[in-house]
Amino acid sequence: MTSLRRRLFLLLVSATAAIWICAVGWIYYANRAELEHVLDTRLQEAARMVHSMVASSGLETAGMAAVTAADFTYSRQLSCQVWSLSGRLLARSDGAPEGNLAEEAEGFSDRLVNGETWRVYTVVDSVHDVRVAVGDRIGLRARLARDLIVGLVGPALLAMPLLGLMIWASLGRGLAPLSRIAGEIARRDGDDITPVASEGAPDEVKPLIASLNGLLVKVDAARRHEKEMTAFAAHELRTPLAGLKTQAQVALAAKDEQVRDGALRQIITSVDRASRLVRQLLALARLEALTESEPDGGRLVLAALVREVVAGLPHRPDIAVVVDDALDGLEVLADHDNLYLVIRNLHENAVEYIGASGRIAWLALPENLGMAIEDDGPGIPEDELDEVTRRFFRGRQRSGTGSGLGLTIADLAARRIGARLIIANRTDARGLRVEVRFPRDRVAKIA
Amino acid sequence: MRILVVEDDPVLADGLKVGLGLTGSTVDVVFTAADARAAMSATRFDAVVLDRMLPDGAGLDILADLRRQGDATPVLLLTALDETVDRIAGLDAGADDYLGKPFDLDELAARLRAIARRREGRAGPVLAVAGIVLDPATSVVTVAGKAVSLSRREFAVLAALMEWPGAIRSRTELEDRLYGWQEEVESNAVEVHIHNLRTKVGRAAIETVRGLGYRLRTEP
Repeated sequence: MTSLRRRLFLLLVSATAAIWICAVGWIYYANRAELEHVLDTRLQEAARMVHSMVASSGLETAGMAAVTAADFTYSRQLSCQVWSLSGRLLARSDGAPEGNLAEEAEGFSDRLVNGETWRVYTVVDSVHDVRVAVGDRIGLRARLARDLIVGLVGPALLAMPLLGLMIWASLGRGLAPLSRIAGEIARRDGDDITPVASEGAPDEVKPLIASLNGLLVKVDAARRHEKEMTAFAAHELRTPLAGLKTQAQVALAAKDEQVRDGALRQIITSVDRASRLVRQLLALARLEALTESEPDGGRLVLAALVREVVAGLPHRPDIAVVVDDALDGLEVLADHDNLYLVIRNLHENAVEYIGASGRIAWLALPENLGMAIEDDGPGIPEDELDEVTRRFFRGRQRSGTGSGLGLTIADLAARRIGARLIIANRTDARGLRVEVRFPRDRVAKIA
Repeated sequence: MRILVVEDDPVLADGLKVGLGLTGSTVDVVFTAADARAAMSATRFDAVVLDRMLPDGAGLDILADLRRQGDATPVLLLTALDETVDRIAGLDAGADDYLGKPFDLDELAARLRAIARRREGRAGPVLAVAGIVLDPATSVVTVAGKAVSLSRREFAVLAALMEWPGAIRSRTELEDRLYGWQEEVESNAVEVHIHNLRTKVGRAAIETVRGLGYRLRTEP
């Protein structure tokens, strides 16, 4: 059942109906006992009346009285018989059955006469030698009770649709705040993520509005992040494009061959940078799309992967790259592509910032914790260390060709394989040291 | 024109230096906000090309500071942030013009010429003094209707003199206009250019004011 209104309506209507039915049942049973009592009293009084008439003025008047008594609205409701004690029928009212209603003893009794059940009150008078019996049919009594119930239920049945209508309308009014809020939300366009006003909302709806507003805040944050990301991406892509176009125009306009060659070389550099940026943006988008950790992948020998990266990234000849032999003995359980991204971006970062010459070393961490890369470049100013994994963050030490994405990607990719990056300036010398620490159960030493 | 380019992207900065240089301007390049501030306080530029996003600060902050100090150097903001709101913010911060990346080099040069000549109080694109006509856009100079061919430096010296006809330009001033920081300046370079100019536009056109500098005669 999706409509709250319909649900409440059915609940209310059935509850009302149930209460009504219970009430009717109760009234029926309570009144039925009362009715029995009243009718019994009537029987008794009628019997005594007839008896007193018989006792004081003989049978004829008594017969008249009996007939009169029987002539009420319920035709032949009461029947009267007067018997001699010896068992002779002296008189009977009009409509009274042929069969004997009277009981031997004085008092109430139920008797089956001619196939009908009668309620009878008998008066026995040994002085006047009469037995007076007044009775009514049980069936009639049942009809009386039934009429009472019909009198109760009839108006109720008529009132029910009216009541239903009122309940339906009241529910509509009662749920109006909900419809108002729903309408307010429905009227919004996609860009409107201001909080829904909770003033004037019923207390029951306030938690809902609060949760909704909480969600809106999250959506807002996600959208802002996306917007920021797009703006940054646009900026980062537009600048190399502007450089490309400018250099191309220079190459076209230059009459000097040297100038033209210089511009063309710059164009090549720029294209390389732009394609790297695009590659990084795609890697970032892919990493961000993954919310869960990547499947474990296979067992990878760290040294092999590091050598693969180093071989794939040409660096200036004055830069020495050293790969610790201990890495040959370390195997990690990780997704290949993500681990490759970590190593590649860390390596690229080192090559980029190290300057014209220097030394880059890939080392194994003690106790098989993982690996580290050290360079002897300028390092990162301490106050920027916490920010370097932020998207597009480029510190004061910027290289000019960096995209501000390398460490972001390395960090994200490391997280995807359960590893952790620890970025710090070297304590033993100038330069940066980035550790890649794996969970203990993911690293194993090869014998 | 002496132009300062504040841009942290090396390829673009190089392109601007070379490209604007081809149109006859002398271009200096700095990569950071700090260097930009230092450059602007040390040298008088005819126009500044300023990137909005710099490694050590926002270009808009430099611009705002500059204007607060009363510096009226024409500034063209160059940026990838070229939504309308960004352009409005840039212009309201004191920029004279705004160009989104990527842009056309020739358009950039034209806009720089435009904002520079406005500062000189000129609306017309062509400089004309005493029969000499100099078109900064095409780098064409005519004397009495006849085109003369000038070298880049000669053109720059003549343009500097024609911007303020009758005003005296000192030798240092002219050197500043002609050479960027990294360039070696021969001690008599300006004299050599003036000498060559005189042979091309007429000996009497440029007057030497002894001890002070040079001046363009406004009467033929």
